[in-house]
Amino acid sequence: MASDTLSTAPRTDAEISGLDALEIAGREKASTRANRIWASTWPKAAALAIALGLWQLVVWSGWKDPWALPGPVPVFTDLGHYLASAALWDGLATTARRAVVGFAAAVAVGLVLGLGVARVRVLRAALGSMITALQTMPSIAWFPLAILLFQLTEQAIFFVVVLGAAPSVANGVIHGVDYVPPLLVRAGRNIGARGLNLYRYVIAPAALPAIVAGLKQGWAFAWRSLMAGELLVVIAERTSIGAQLTYARDFSDAPRLMAIMIVILVVGLLVDAAFGAADRAIRRRWGVLDQAGQ
Amino acid sequence: MTSTTTTPRSATGAVALSGVTKVYGRGENAVLALDGVSLDVAPGEFVCLVGASGCGKSTLLNLVAGLDGPSGGQITLGDGVNPGLMFQEPALFPWLTVEGNLDVPLKLRGLPRAERRERVAELLRTVHLADFGRKRPHELSGGMRQRVALARTLALDTPVLLMDEPFGALDAMTRDILHDELERIWSERKLTVLFVTHNVREAARLADRIILLSSRPGRIIYSTRVDVPRPRRIDSPEIALIAAEVTDRLRTEVGRHGQ
Repeated sequence: MASDTLSTAPRTDAEISGLDALEIAGREKASTRANRIWASTWPKAAALAIALGLWQLVVWSGWKDPWALPGPVPVFTDLGHYLASAALWDGLATTARRAVVGFAAAVAVGLVLGLGVARVRVLRAALGSMITALQTMPSIAWFPLAILLFQLTEQAIFFVVVLGAAPSVANGVIHGVDYVPPLLVRAGRNIGARGLNLYRYVIAPAALPAIVAGLKQGWAFAWRSLMAGELLVVIAERTSIGAQLTYARDFSDAPRLMAIMIVILVVGLLVDAAFGAADRAIRRRWGVLDQAGQ
Repeated sequence: MTSTTTTPRSATGAVALSGVTKVYGRGENAVLALDGVSLDVAPGEFVCLVGASGCGKSTLLNLVAGLDGPSGGQITLGDGVNPGLMFQEPALFPWLTVEGNLDVPLKLRGLPRAERRERVAELLRTVHLADFGRKRPHELSGGMRQRVALARTLALDTPVLLMDEPFGALDAMTRDILHDELERIWSERKLTVLFVTHNVREAARLADRIILLSSRPGRIIYSTRVDVPRPRRIDSPEIALIAAEVTDRLRTEVGRHGQ
């Protein structure tokens, strides 16, 4: 009965761990932090230098009068004064508050709307394509209506910010929920995650990358809508960044105008970078970056 | 091997199918996936379901797991038994560490934190991954991931394990090791296993009983006991002999569809 010629001894633990060690060897790549930062920084720095150089060349060419198009030197000199002034920080505080409140409202609306459309068939049929249609509407086109409804108030700005950003957030949620791998849902249900628990333990975390992408896009729309709003809806006692941009144009203060534009650009970039970092952190946790060979 | 005295307790691991039928779609497009499948699996028995494409093997497991309902017939499990299901893909949660993945079913069962931590450590030892609890699934090899998936299923403390070609995507050596591991865990924990595979050798290596299913629709056409003592080796002559017999039957069945 027993097969004497063949060893039927159970495998040793060493054999198992040996195979494990061989299989996962070489999966951890070594690349120093400094190297990575340098590799991603120098192309950006070079591009910035080239852009500044081109700008200076256009100024030197005399295409426009210097009072209309100042060169980088007067603009950055003014930016230095501006950064040291209370005007900037007061304006930035007003703008940042509006951005946070408006974006938070847009996220709340977008999450609820997205979940509803993703789960309720009737809502999807009714609203699914409308959400995308809303996204294509330039936010500035909402302002005449917003001003009619809310006059020149912050409510008018929030109205447009929410309309601009919520569809992107909702679309992120819809995409995330739609593309949760069915296998993970089956596995989740099998280990006892049903009803709300299925959302908490499987669907929400699985949809997270798409939701973050939606938040990132929503932020870009919110920031644009906010700036458009601040240019149009100038409230005298609250000098936001956008209002200061309008004043600078009214006074033909070109260096200040461009300094403010740089501030707007940098704020937008910084927040975008924060979302990008969150996105990359999630993808690294999930091993998506590794699979892409990055 | 089967004892004559069956206590009610051991009956919890039993799986009984009687006249189970599954139809997908309706009207002219209706497809009969399973046709009158009756099968009694004893507690602690290891049954392998073998068949070519379209024999409804996976459908059958889904029905037993309760993820889908049969169109006709009855499936009976022990009281309160919620069978554990494993797939060809590990289906681990990529956003959690290995420990986190094992913790989810325990949390869903409402175990307190201290007990969960102990159970996770014990499960990791069971599948020989004690040192890998803090890793993420993507940092492990395919065989290690499948062992985590097995541990996650064991965390359910269920007497019935349903496995849908769980080692199909692994290389031969890794599969070999996992056969040993599964056999050891099965006998230690006295599990009832329903194991689907298209690999006849694998079935002969693991099973107490091999069930052959026909294709389109799925019906049981052949059943044989594997009375080779354990532990077994996949490359032993006894296993090869049984595999050859089943393969012949399978070929005849596949050939039927070519005419």
